[in-house]
Amino acid sequence: MTTFRERIQEAFAEGVPISIDLGSRGRHEHRVSAAAAFPQMEEMRDRARTIRAEVVASLDEQLGRFADAAERAGSTVFFAADATEAREYIVELARTERVTRAVKVKSMVTEEIDLNAALESAGVEAIETDLGEFIVQLAGQPPAHFIAPAIHKDRYEIADLFVAELGVDYSDDPVELNNIARRHLRPRFLTAEMGISGVNFGVAADGSVALVTNEGNGRLCTTAPRIHVAVMGMERVVPTRADLAVMLEVLARSATGQSLSSYTNLVTGPRRSGEPDGPDQLHVVIVDNGRSATLGSSAAEILYCIRCGACLNTCPVYRHLGGHPYGSVYAGPIGKVVTPSLFGLEDWHDLPATSSLCGACEEVCPVRIDIPRLLVELRRQSVDRSTPAVRRSIRLYASLTTRPRLFRLLTRVAARLGRLWSRDGWLRRLPGVLGNWTQHRDLPAPAPETFSDWWRRNRGA
Amino acid sequence: MPVQLFVTCLVNSLYPDVGKATVALLERAGFHVEFPMDQTCCGQPAYNGGYHNEAIDQARQTLDVLDVTKGPIVVPSGSCAAMLIHHVPELVAAEPGYAAKATRVAARTRELTQFLVEEAGIDIRPVRCALATYHASCHGLRWLGVVAEPKTLLDDAGVERVELDGEDECCGFGGLFSINVPEVSAAMMDTKLDRIEASGADIVTGVDVACLMHIGGGLRRRGIPIAVKHIAEVLAGDPE
Repeated sequence: MTTFRERIQEAFAEGVPISIDLGSRGRHEHRVSAAAAFPQMEEMRDRARTIRAEVVASLDEQLGRFADAAERAGSTVFFAADATEAREYIVELARTERVTRAVKVKSMVTEEIDLNAALESAGVEAIETDLGEFIVQLAGQPPAHFIAPAIHKDRYEIADLFVAELGVDYSDDPVELNNIARRHLRPRFLTAEMGISGVNFGVAADGSVALVTNEGNGRLCTTAPRIHVAVMGMERVVPTRADLAVMLEVLARSATGQSLSSYTNLVTGPRRSGEPDGPDQLHVVIVDNGRSATLGSSAAEILYCIRCGACLNTCPVYRHLGGHPYGSVYAGPIGKVVTPSLFGLEDWHDLPATSSLCGACEEVCPVRIDIPRLLVELRRQSVDRSTPAVRRSIRLYASLTTRPRLFRLLTRVAARLGRLWSRDGWLRRLPGVLGNWTQHRDLPAPAPETFSDWWRRNRGA
Repeated sequence: MPVQLFVTCLVNSLYPDVGKATVALLERAGFHVEFPMDQTCCGQPAYNGGYHNEAIDQARQTLDVLDVTKGPIVVPSGSCAAMLIHHVPELVAAEPGYAAKATRVAARTRELTQFLVEEAGIDIRPVRCALATYHASCHGLRWLGVVAEPKTLLDDAGVERVELDGEDECCGFGGLFSINVPEVSAAMMDTKLDRIEASGADIVTGVDVACLMHIGGGLRRRGIPIAVKHIAEVLAGDPE
C-alpha cells in the first residue's frame, strides 16, 4: 500500500478540487449558525456524550436488549464478527431470496465492509440512491465525505458524468441534474427486491432502527422492496427513544446545520399483517469488525462517534486534502483515529501523524470525542515506526534538555554558528529532515545571544 | 510579588527579544521577575510526537526547576503553558514524586496575556505600532481559552488593528507535523498567508512564537514585507 504522504503528494500533483474547501467550510458555517441558534446546544452535547459513554461501557448488555427487542418486533438479527461474515450473510440472503437488484441508502458501514463489490460479484446489482452516493458510484469512486460523498465534484463534472454514464443530454443545472437522477432511480426503487440501509441508531428499548436522510430515498429503500437489510456498526445503540431524541438534537445540527434532517424514520420490524406497505423481512446485521477490540482501552472513545462529519468540515487538513487521500472510508480527524483503531496501527500509523493537533475537531464534536488526545496516544503506540532521523533528533534534544549546563553551552554555540551560517538572520536551505522545513519556508537562525545569557549578563545570577 | 519567567526554549534561542519584552511588561506591572536558570524545554514536541519517555524526562527536569520557586509561573506561549497546565500532569501521573509537583506547577502556570489581563490589571501604555492583525494560536485558544485577552491588550495599547479572516484556523505549523508532512503543513500555511496579505496589515502578532516563526518564515520566503511580532514585543514598545 502507498503511504499517506505519497497519496497526499499525488493528490496535490493532480490538484485538489476547490469544491472540497468550499463545501466543508460552508457546512461548518451552517453548524456554527445552528449551534448559535440553539441555546441548549452545549448541554445537549454533554448529554449526548454521556449517553454514548454509558452505551459503550455496557455495550454487551445494550446490544443484547436491542437484539431481543428487534426479534420480538419480527426482525432477524445477525451478529457479524467481521466484514467477511457480514458480506457473506447478505450475499447468501440475496441468493436464497433470488434478489437481482438492491437499492441502497447511503451508509458508511456498508462502505467499510465493501458490500457493493460482494453483491456485484454474486450477480446482484447494487444501486446507490443517495444523490451524492449515486454520483460517486457512477464515477467508480468511494465517497469523499461522510455526509457529502461527492463533495469533490462540481456540477459541471457531474453533468459530464451523467452524459457519459447515463446517456442523457448535457445539463449543468442542479435541479435538472437532480431530476435526471430521480428519473433514473425511480423504476429501480420499484423493481428492487432488496433495500439496504445503514443504521444511525438502534433503539434498545423497542428494537427500532432510526434512519435519518434528506432525500426521501431512505423511505423508498426501506418500504418498497420486500426485504430490508439494515447494517449497523455494533456501537450504534441508544437505550431509549428519549436518548434517541437527544442524539437527533445534535446530529443534524452538527452535520448540516439543520435542526432536524428532512426525514427521520423509525423502523420497528417488518410489515405487520394489515399494514399496507413495508418489507416482508427485516434483517439487522450488526457489525463488529474490530470494534469490540477497542473496548476497555482508551480507543473505545472512537465508538462514541455518530458519523456527523462535523470534524471533517472544520479540519484544515481535510479542507486541503479531501477524503480520498486518507485511503480509508473513514477520512478526516475521526478517520485518523477510527481507521488505525479498527483496521490496525501497523498499516495505518501514518494517519495519526498527519495532524497539527490544532484541536478544531474536538471543538465541534457533538459527543466531545477528545480526538487530539487519541491522536497523540496512537503516535505513542507507533513511535518506533516514526522517521528514524526525527526520532534520533527528538531523543538527542530530550537528553540535552535534561542537562541544563550542557544545554546552555550548546545553545550558546548554536547562536555563534547560526550567525555564521545565516544571511540576515535567516536560513534558506538546511540538510536532512530540516530540509522539509526549508523546502517551503525560511527558518530564523539562532539569535546572537540567548535569553539566558542576556539575563545572566544584565540581571546577574 | 515574585513571578517566575518560563521563557520557553524557542524564545531562549531564537527570539530572546520576546523574553526581554515579557520581562519589561511584568516589571512595569510591579512584579519582581525571576528567571530559573536551569529551565530548558517543557517537552511538548516530544509529547505531541508520541515520544513519551523522552517527554517525561523533560517534564521532570522542568518540574524540578519550577517547583522549588515561588509565585506565578508566566509563559509567553499558549502552547507551552497548555503543556505545563494540561499535558504534563497527565504525563507524569505515574512517576513517583512527580504527580504532586506537576499539580502544583500546573496550578501556578499562566499564559502571559491571560496573566496580564486577569491578575495584573496593569495600565497598558500606548505604543506606536503599524496596522496590526492577530492570529489566534490553536493551543492557547482551545486548551486555555485565550480568546479576548490579546485583543483587549492590543486595543488598550491603542494598536490599530484589522481582524484576520479565519484567525482561529491553524497556520499549519504543528511542530513535527511541519517536518513529517511538509506538503499539507505548507498548504495550510499558504491559506493563512493569503489571508494575512489580504488583511492589509503591516504586522502580524500572536501569543506563540512557534506559529509566528512558521508564518514569518513563510512570509519571508514569499518576499512579503509584513512584520511578525510576538504580542509581548508589540505591547512593550521598542526594547532597550
